[in-house]
Amino acid sequence: MIFLCHSTRRFDMNALSIRGLEKRFSKGLGKGVAYALRGIDIEVAPGEIYGVLGPNGSGKSTLVRIVATLLIPDAGEVRVFGHDVVREAKRVREVVHRVSTEAAFFKKLSPLENLLYGARLYGVPGRAAARRARDLLTLLGLPRDKLSRPMEQLSRGQQQKVAIARALLHPPRLLLLDEPTTGLDPRSKREVQELILDLRVQKKTTIFLTTHDMEESERICDRLAILDEGRLVAEGRPAELKAHVSTDGREPSMEEVFLALTGKEWDDDSTAQT
Amino acid sequence: MIPPLRRELIATWGFVARNIHLTKRYWGWELVWFAYSLTSSLAVAYIGLGTEMLSGPGVDGDYLTLYLLVGTLVWSYLSQIFYVISEMVAWERWEGTIEYTFMAPSSRLTHLVGTSLFAVVYGVVRTLLILGAAALFFDLNLAGANLIAASLWLLVGSISFTGFGILAAVMPLLFPERGVQMTNVVAALLLLISGVYYPVEVLPRWLQFFARASPATYVIRGMRESILKGVGLGAAARPLALLTLGGVAMIFFGTWIFSLAESYAKRTGRLKRSG
Repeated sequence: MIFLCHSTRRFDMNALSIRGLEKRFSKGLGKGVAYALRGIDIEVAPGEIYGVLGPNGSGKSTLVRIVATLLIPDAGEVRVFGHDVVREAKRVREVVHRVSTEAAFFKKLSPLENLLYGARLYGVPGRAAARRARDLLTLLGLPRDKLSRPMEQLSRGQQQKVAIARALLHPPRLLLLDEPTTGLDPRSKREVQELILDLRVQKKTTIFLTTHDMEESERICDRLAILDEGRLVAEGRPAELKAHVSTDGREPSMEEVFLALTGKEWDDDSTAQT
Repeated sequence: MIPPLRRELIATWGFVARNIHLTKRYWGWELVWFAYSLTSSLAVAYIGLGTEMLSGPGVDGDYLTLYLLVGTLVWSYLSQIFYVISEMVAWERWEGTIEYTFMAPSSRLTHLVGTSLFAVVYGVVRTLLILGAAALFFDLNLAGANLIAASLWLLVGSISFTGFGILAAVMPLLFPERGVQMTNVVAALLLLISGVYYPVEVLPRWLQFFARASPATYVIRGMRESILKGVGLGAAARPLALLTLGGVAMIFFGTWIFSLAESYAKRTGRLKRSG
C-alpha cells in the first residue's frame, strides 16, 4: 500500500479512525466466504473531506455501512470522534449521518413529511423541525410546489437534495456520503458538489465520501484512498497520487493513476465481489 | 440540549406520526382493506343466522351471530396489531428506508413502542368502524353487555399481541425473502388455536394445550363473557392481571430477542437485502 501523506496522524482525536478493519460475507452454505474489506487503516481529521475511490464491488459501501453502525465488522476497530462503532453505537449515531445513492425515503410521503420523520428520530421537536425543513429545502432550491408532493414525483436530483437537507436537519459532525452524485445529471451533480464544499466551510463538517467518479474525487476531496478488491492500495492528496505515478513529466489523469496503482482498467468490473 | 427522555418521546411520536401520514397517503388501499375486513366479518357473522335457519329453533341465531361477531372483530383487532408490528421491518425494506431508521440514535425500544402505539390506535379506530358498519346489518342487543370490562380485555389483549408482534418481527429481519410469510403462518396458527370462531374445547386435546399458551384465547373468551354474559371486572380481575403481566414480560422478551436478531443481521449483512 502506498501512503503519500500522513498529515492526520498528529490529531489526538480524529473524526474517523479505522484500524485493521476486516469484513467478510458468507457466500452460502458450504461455499466459503467473500472478503469485502481486508486490513483497512484510515485516519480522517476533523473538517477534512476524505474520498474513497473504487470501482463497483470494491468495498466502498461496506466501509460506509460499518462507520454508520449498519454493519458489524469481523475484525479491527472503527472510532468516530473517539467512540467505538460497535460498543458505543448510540453515541456514534448521534454525530453521524449518511446519504446514500438510493433515495431512502417513504415514496408516498412528501419531502416535508419525510424530513419531519427524520428530524423527530433525532429528537428535534416537530414545530422546529418543520420550520428548519422548509428553510433548508428552500435554500437548496427545491421548488415550493414540490414540498408537499410525494417523493416519487420528484426527480433524482431533487430527491438527492432532500436527502442532503435531511442530513442537515440535525447537523452531523461526520457526514458519510455514499456515491451521492451517482445517476445525477451534470447540473444536479455540480449543485450537490457545491453543497458538500459549502458544508465544510460553513458547518466545519467532516465529510467521508465514496465515489467512482474520478473528476469528483479530484475536485472536492482533500485526500483520497483507492480501494480495490477490499484492499486500500494507495492514499494521498490527488496531486500527490498523480505525481507518484507520473513517469514522463505529464500530469496523468485519475484513470491513469488507478491503472498504475491497481493494474486494472477503471471500467473493469470483473473485480466486483460484494 | 434536549434531555434524553424527551428525545425518545419525540422519536416515539415520530414513528406514530409517520404511520399516520402513510395511512393517509395510502388511503385507497385502506379503503380496499376496510371493505375486505368488513365483508369477511359479515360473512362469518351470518353463519349464526344461517345455522338457526338450517338447524331449527333449538339454535339461538342472534346469540350465535353476536358470538361470532365478537370473535371476528377481536381477531381483526388483535391480528391488525400483530401485522403492523411484525411487518415493520418488511415494510421499511420495501420502502428502502430500513437503514435510515436503524442508524438513527433513538433506541430500538422507542422504535418498537412507537410502532406499537400506532398499531393500537389504528386497530381501535378500524375495529370501531367495522363494528359500526356491521351493526347496520344485524339487530345487535348489547343491553346486558359490560362494555367497561370488554374495553379492558381489549386493552390487555393489545399488550399481549404487541409482544407477539415484536417477537414475530424478528422473522422478516432474519429471513428477508420469506420472513413475512412466516409471520402469516404464526397468525394462522393463533387463529386456529385461540377459539376465534368456536370454543377451544372442540379442538383435539393436544391443540388445546397450545390454545392455553395463546393470549388471544383468554382475550376472546373474556370479551365474550363481558359482552354476551355481562361478566364484570370483579370476576375478570385475576385473569386480566395475569394476562397483563404475561404481556409486559412478552414485550421485554420480544425486544431482547429483536436486539439479538438485529445484531446478527448486522454481522451477516441481512439488514439491507430486499426480499
